[in-house]
Amino acid sequence: MLGCDAMVKCLEAEGVKAVFGYPGVAIAPFYNSMLNTQEIESVLVRTEQNAGHAASGYSRVTGKVGVCAVTSGPGATNLITGIATAYADSIPMVCITGQVESTLLGSDVFQEADITGAVESFVKYSYLVKNAADIPRIFKEAFHIANTGRRGPVLIDVPIDIQNAKIDKFHYPEDVNLRTYKPTVKGNAAQIKKLLKELSKAKRPLICAGGGVILSGAQQELDRFASTYQIPVVHTMMGIGVLPTDHGMYYGMVGNNGKPYANVAMNESDLLIVVGARVADRAVNQPELITENKIMVHIDVDPAEIGKNAASTIPIVGDVKTILNQIFDEGQEISTAAHKGWIDTLDGYREKLAKKRNPRPGFVDPAEFVKRLSMSMKDDGIYVADVGQNQIWSCANYFMKKGRFLTTGGMGTMGYSIPAAMGAKRALGDDAQVVAVCGDGAFQMSFMELATMKQHAINVKVIVLKNNYLGMVRQYQHFTYNDNYSVVDLSGSPDLEMLAKAYSIPFVRVTDMEDIDKKIADFLESDETALMECIIDPMDLV
Amino acid sequence: MKKIYSVLVENRSGVLAKIAGLFARRCFNIDSLAVGETDDPTTSCMTIVSSGDERTIEQIEKQLNKKLDVFKIKTFDETEAVPRELMLVKVKYNRTNRPEIMEIAQAMKADIVDMSKNQMMLQICDRPDRIQTLIKLLAGVSIVEIARTGTLALPRCTD
Repeated sequence: MLGCDAMVKCLEAEGVKAVFGYPGVAIAPFYNSMLNTQEIESVLVRTEQNAGHAASGYSRVTGKVGVCAVTSGPGATNLITGIATAYADSIPMVCITGQVESTLLGSDVFQEADITGAVESFVKYSYLVKNAADIPRIFKEAFHIANTGRRGPVLIDVPIDIQNAKIDKFHYPEDVNLRTYKPTVKGNAAQIKKLLKELSKAKRPLICAGGGVILSGAQQELDRFASTYQIPVVHTMMGIGVLPTDHGMYYGMVGNNGKPYANVAMNESDLLIVVGARVADRAVNQPELITENKIMVHIDVDPAEIGKNAASTIPIVGDVKTILNQIFDEGQEISTAAHKGWIDTLDGYREKLAKKRNPRPGFVDPAEFVKRLSMSMKDDGIYVADVGQNQIWSCANYFMKKGRFLTTGGMGTMGYSIPAAMGAKRALGDDAQVVAVCGDGAFQMSFMELATMKQHAINVKVIVLKNNYLGMVRQYQHFTYNDNYSVVDLSGSPDLEMLAKAYSIPFVRVTDMEDIDKKIADFLESDETALMECIIDPMDLV
Repeated sequence: MKKIYSVLVENRSGVLAKIAGLFARRCFNIDSLAVGETDDPTTSCMTIVSSGDERTIEQIEKQLNKKLDVFKIKTFDETEAVPRELMLVKVKYNRTNRPEIMEIAQAMKADIVDMSKNQMMLQICDRPDRIQTLIKLLAGVSIVEIARTGTLALPRCTD
């Protein structure tokens, strides 16, 4: 058996169903071995960055490790943005890169790039394989590292001669033995007791939930925690979907693009329980002030996040789901009578501080559109939002039922939604409903994947909110530079109807809100990839 | 605030670059760095002297701990440890200033380890502040070149 056969066997052993990638000579042995597996599909993306985003989408809807495989040099460097995006959002991935012959490493031969060096600050760990016999151990470790502790991407760089080297016997290890890596799972019992003690005294408790809750698969536990103890819940952008929108304890997204009443709730709470969130700049403007006049509990799997941006009174390190279950195992009865007044106050704020929009008629109102769209989707539908004004409209108006909302909150990578939606759909199969919503800027960064979807029969509904501008930057220039617009005009964009025709996919253009529900329903119904263009007011602001 | 980090890492290629890269990326200072194998050949010990405010000092330890090649970190103050540095210093001498240089060497417990007709090399192994003193004292004569290690340190012995 060759090293490249072993690589494929490792992926089979990990239960991988799809590898997103782009071949080249340095990864050719691996792709040749991929012909021998019936279990894993090779999906040919149209540019390497999208292999990373597709693997991210695959991972986020399955909770499994997403896998991508590209060639050396430019293939590997093109993938970097995908890796960095996954790293910023803590998405578990294994990224395989081909590499030039190990004996030539360092001599700047054709398509050589020091990819392990280049991605060092965007990966959880990386390997440069120097011996084919190490392949099973390295793959086992890589999958383990990617999907435990604080999740993240792991890169495996495999020189072509190592892929082609003979190995005696394939044995996939059952356990990993990493003496330097033992992430904390269980929370400290004494700290949990302290939390419950503070909770019993609190009058205005609040949970701020982040992406860590979803990564840990702890949505039900969070619901139970919030419902049992009557604690209102706000969330970060990565935390969208921790609770259904119509949940009694749900009070919206925080941050400069969030709901004003959610931010007020953060400021006025006397016990703030931050769960699986970083207290990052976009969620909390002045993290050093957020801890004033309150007890802050910070639950996170990564000890380095605790105290990085805001000093917490009670830090609890460990897996969110495990810790929430530990809280219940304590079985402490807590009177929630005092919380009633607080909840009433928040309800009042919600009423008073709701943002009112005044959309210009004759266009699609993106805020109302997102609401109608997400309400029309299947209960367990997957909504993938891109980056820009469209992201903010999506975040603010998405109606969460039992589905998932995916977006990149950490890196804010334009062009994420289409490939990520494609990866999610490939992972979930025929019954899943997956919708990508992007602006016309991000669309033009990623629409080459329409070909991939066509080729691999991956049915994703793509919606472009078109305003002929890089809207988020235009809005910034509107406020910061008094409407002196520079380099934000998207004139020259293609006619999307003709583009859809070129890819032979159904197309619908929506120019206003008339009959919008029917148009959305018809669009979602078709059983192939389809493109919808919504004409929105170019001067609209989020 | 000055801190000494004694970091046990996997003795593998690329680990030094990863640790140094972490300091650069997160804008942490490295005042000095010394690396060497321990009694276990699979393990190296990095002694890193760094400074920063309280939050930085804490973040350095936490971020180091996140690196998968790191398996143990001890953080301590200079006062809680025995810090040592090694320095080689080459000076030009002549008949007139030779006695003065020899006197300085003796007072500072530096050894003369090499000599030519008009140059001599001193070696000192001592606390970082004493090394600094020697440099200051020799600045009066002409220093040709200096090589010094970073600080090595171990926490003081306990009972």
